[in-house]
Parts: sequence; C-alpha cells; structure tokens
Amino acid sequence: MDHAPALTAEPALPEADDGVLTKLHPNYAHALRVRTTLTAIPFLIGALVLETAFLGETGFPSGIIAGPVLVIALALIIRIPMTRYNARGYQISADRLRVVRGLLFRSDTVVPFGRVQHIDVQQGPIDRFFGIATLTLHTAGNHNASVSLPGLGEPLAREMREEIRAHIRRETL
Amino acid sequence: MTQPQRTAPVSVILGALGSIRSAILPAIAIAFSGIGGDGRFLIAIGVGLASVVIGTAFAYAGWRRLTYTIGETDIRVESGLFSRSARSVPYERIQDVSLEAKPLPRMLGLVAVKFETGAGGGDDLALEYLTNTEGERLRQLVRERREDEAAASADPDTAIVAPSDEGEVLYTLTPGKLLTFGLFEFSLAVFAVLGGGLQYVETVTDIDVWNVDLWRGWLEEQGSVVASLGPYAQAAGAIAGLFGLIVIGMMTGIVRTVLRDWGFTLTRSARGFRRQRGLLTRTDVVMPAHRVQGLVIGTGLVRYRFGWHGLSFVSLAQDAEGESHVVAPFAQMDEIAPIVAAAGFALPDDTIRWQRASKQQRNDKAALDAAVFVLAAIPMAIFAPFGLFLIPLGLAVLAVAANLYAWEFRRHALSDTQIFATTGLMSPTSRIATRLKLHSVEIAQGPLARLRGYATVHLGLAGGDFAIPGVPLAEARSLRARIMETIAATDYSRLDQAFSDAQPGFSANRLAT
Repeated sequence: MDHAPALTAEPALPEADDGVLTKLHPNYAHALRVRTTLTAIPFLIGALVLETAFLGETGFPSGIIAGPVLVIALALIIRIPMTRYNARGYQISADRLRVVRGLLFRSDTVVPFGRVQHIDVQQGPIDRFFGIATLTLHTAGNHNASVSLPGLGEPLAREMREEIRAHIRRETL
Repeated sequence: MTQPQRTAPVSVILGALGSIRSAILPAIAIAFSGIGGDGRFLIAIGVGLASVVIGTAFAYAGWRRLTYTIGETDIRVESGLFSRSARSVPYERIQDVSLEAKPLPRMLGLVAVKFETGAGGGDDLALEYLTNTEGERLRQLVRERREDEAAASADPDTAIVAPSDEGEVLYTLTPGKLLTFGLFEFSLAVFAVLGGGLQYVETVTDIDVWNVDLWRGWLEEQGSVVASLGPYAQAAGAIAGLFGLIVIGMMTGIVRTVLRDWGFTLTRSARGFRRQRGLLTRTDVVMPAHRVQGLVIGTGLVRYRFGWHGLSFVSLAQDAEGESHVVAPFAQMDEIAPIVAAAGFALPDDTIRWQRASKQQRNDKAALDAAVFVLAAIPMAIFAPFGLFLIPLGLAVLAVAANLYAWEFRRHALSDTQIFATTGLMSPTSRIATRLKLHSVEIAQGPLARLRGYATVHLGLAGGDFAIPGVPLAEARSLRARIMETIAATDYSRLDQAFSDAQPGFSANRLAT
C-alpha cells in the first residue's frame, strides 16, 4: 500500500479541458496487476497440462509451451498495468468531469454535471482490498451512456459523488 | 375516470381467431400423418376444436383479467391469469402515444394503443385492442394530462402554436410522389425471400437445392439451347434478363413503399407532430415537439441527384424499424425546411462556417481501404491465371476514388445553438442537434489518428448517435470547449433560477432528458 493521494482535487480552470490530468490512486496499478495475474493463471495451467500431455513424446523439449506463456504472462503482469495506469487520468472542475483512458485507442470524454442522470460508486473484492473504487456517471445520451472512472481512492470517490450529486437537480417523478 | 376498465370485448374474438390460426397447422399435420389410422381426421378435428376452445377460453380469461386505470398521475395496467403484474406509467414519462391498426382489427374498428416510454423498445405499455374512439379519447386524455403538467412549467411550444387540435398539415405524400419514391426504393430483397422459399421447398420435397450436379445438368440443357441461338439472341436474352431484374427490383420497391407509406401525412398540432401512414397496417404516432433531440436528413445514391431527401426525428421513443421517426420520407429541401422550423431547428444557412475533415484522415482511409485490395491482388497475381489480379487492383483504384469523393461530404459546423455534421460515401447524410441537448463530448483517437493528428468526436445525444469523424485534433478540442460552454452556461442559469419561469424552455428540455 502506497500513500493515499490528497482527497481534494484541485479545481482546474473551467475552459481548460486539455489541462494537466490528475493521476489515479497508485493502488489502481496494483489492483490491475492482481487482476491480470488472476486472468493469466488459467492460461498457465492450460499450458502445463499440454506440457504433461506431450511429455511422453520423444524429442519434445520440456518448457516449449509453458515457457513462452510464462514469459508473456510476466510481461503482461509487470509492464502493462503501469502503462495503463499512466495512460489513465481525470480532471474535475466546477461543472464537469473529464476522463482520459486507453493505450492504443485513446478516448477523452467530458461529462457536464448538469447532464448526469445518476451516479454509481462500485467496489469489487480486489478494489476493496486496495481501498479503491469505480465512479460511474450515467447520462441520457446513447453514446457514453455510462462513463466510468476506475481507480479512485474510496473516500475520494464518495466525495466526488456527493459533489456531483449536488449539481443534479432532482426531477419530481 | 379512475375506475379500472377493460379493453374492447371484441378483442376476445381476435384472440380466438389467433388461436384458430395457430391450431390449423398441427391439425393438418395430424390429418396427413399416420397417427390414429382411419380415425385420424376425427383426431385432427378434435385437436383443432380443443385448441380453439382452449385458446378462446384463455383469450376470454386474459381479457377479463386485464384492466387499465387512468389515474391522476399515471396509467396503471393490471394483467395476468396466474401471476398478476401491475405496471404504472407516469404521464410525464410517456414519450408518444401511438395507435396501430393491423388489417384484421382495423376491419372490426379496433386499434392497439401503445404508450412509448423510451424504456428500450419491448418494455412499452400496450393495450390490445381498444375501439377507435376509445383509443382517440385515451390519447387526447394523455395529451391533456401532459398539458396540465406543461401549463405549470409554461411550455413554450404550446404558447407559440394556437391550441387548435386539427393542426396544420406539414407534409403529405401524394400517390404520384409515392410512386416515384417507390422507384428509388429499388430492392432485390425478393430474391432473398425466394432463396428462403427454395430452402423450405428442399425440406418439404426431396429436391436437393444445393445439389450442384442437378443445376449443372439443368444449365447444360439450357445452355445448349442458348448456344444454338447465336450471338444476337444471346445478347438480347442477357439484356432481357437484366431488364427483368430491374423491373422486379422496382416493383418490389413500389409495393413495399406503398404498403408502408400510403397516405403519409404529417400534421403539426398543439401537442406536437402527428404522423399517419400505412395501407394495410395503419399507424398513427404523436411526437411532442420538445422531445425531438436531433434531426437526420438522409438521401440515396440516385435520389440525391434528383434533389430528394428524407427527414427523421431523433427522439427517446423508438420507431418500429429504426432509432428515429421518419417524418418526411421523400421530399425536396424546400418541403423539409418548414418541418425543420416547426421542430424548432434551423437548417444551416450561408453564413455558417463549415469545417472540413482532416486531409490526413482522408489519405489514411483511402490508403487503408485500397491496401485491402492490393493485398488480395498479390496472391492472385501468383496463383490465378494472368490478368485476374487486375480486378482487385481496379477495385483499389475505385476505393481511393470513392474515399476522395466521400471527403467532399465530410464536414461540420457550429452555429450559436446548433451543431451540424455531414457524412456519407456517395451521398450526404446530415445530422443536426441542439448544443444544449447534448450529454457528453468524447474525443476518440486510434493509433493512426494519434500519429496523424486527427480524432473522432462522439457527442452524447439521447436516442441517437452523433459522431464526427476525422476532425483535426486542435479543432476537436475547440469544438468540445465551445459545446461545453453552452451546456455549462445553461447549467448555471438553471441553478440560479431553477423554478422560475424565465427559463421555461429548459424545464421542458429537462423533461426530455
């Protein structure tokens, strides 16, 4: 567990939607790493099973299947979460939230608080262990019907939810 | 008006007729199968009768158990034989009330009333069937309830338009124009249907449709006949075949169009737009004007050259086929303009500053599309007989040309209140949305786009998609900043005077969202 970031996000200038991004909670990279490890385990087991199945064959060098799989898995577990973590970021200002994500396919979304329909804060078991949460904003648009921002510190996510909720005028049903 | 009511009793007869329809096939199957030996016809009749009796009983019980209540704030429908379900739809969540009359109910003077809530198609509330007058009355009632509610928030749409219920006719499709429209709706779908029919024939009879030898034998037989005719007759035959294909395609188009759009009428009344259309299945849809989120003006490859366009409304409620409501399927631009104005939008005028799409994006797209064909040409040049590889190469040239031409249509513009965007390959499709009614702005870039400095701008539009491809990155950012400015400005004023009447348009707007 690394240090928790400051709870208050600096409100940026409203016009500057291409300003400096706020980094996510450092634990998000760890959570990604754990998730990648969990995904890699079935592949590793599969590779080992194949390996034992071919063990009897003559001239079959051991480790030719499991070896590469292990190398790829290690690369994915060690390298990718950090790059993904670095690619993500957000920027919250007085009236809007900007979410940036994606390694190859970059996406840079701005949601005005005045158009948010409802807000979710979700926490999976891994998230809970690392004390982070995902904030999801739902809008009425067909595209970007829900914009999620994972990897926020759990108290920060709740604080942001309260802040955004204050902007939504409740419609009487 | 708060007592629970039942649907029209005649719907029981329709339910019974439906059960007869579904009982006929099994009965016939039994009659022609070996079950029961000589007595099989009796069994068939017995099974048929039993299913009709049971079907009718269920239709009757279902009718008895389905009640609807027109309440103060909502419409409630309770239904179900064994498991009861009660659904309540508040008036302010009803997007449209549509009346649909299929041929059989129409003969009996009945309509299906649908309350569209925008809850994603299938989950809408429907009452089958009510009498014509009851359907009309119900729609009027929902409209009035909504009007009461709108009166509190002083809906600007009602203020501008005189509250006459007849409404002015904005657009009609005359039979002559319908015929022209049908010609442009050229379709070879009938061959797909025929193919399906053949498949069916195959399963019923012993003819193996996919048996190549059978067809080859048939073709050789025919081919020798054709070969004996000489070159002129062959050419004449080919031309006649092509001509026949075109005639069939056009006939299909005309029939389909007439069935769908016969008597197409769009009227503007106090409560919104009303569209009536259909020859056998007549539909009648009302769309409140302030629920219109955006406009789509589409056209076709050929009809564009003759100046014909089609106008659709994007709204939260969904139409039978597509995401948006067709309000003028086939019209010249001067016919479309008044409809656009009535919906509170404006067509782009001469003062608007159009922004073209990035040339880098055009070049990349042309190169990528051509590359597919060039790659296909390589194995052909190696393995196929000489000369065949020229075909994919020619296609590659065509792909480049098509992309260069498509770029001519790809542009967008911002006005004070609206955003316009045009895309299309051979003919332009224009989209118009109010800046105020957008919900989010996303700038998306693939790896190539990042390298070459352009992006796709996705706008969050309720009930439809709005994407502008190939915008230069700097332009995309300024576009987003300006749109966000509009949205944010409204947000502040709304916060300041949330319940005052100074911003009446926006309360209607919020209802729409």
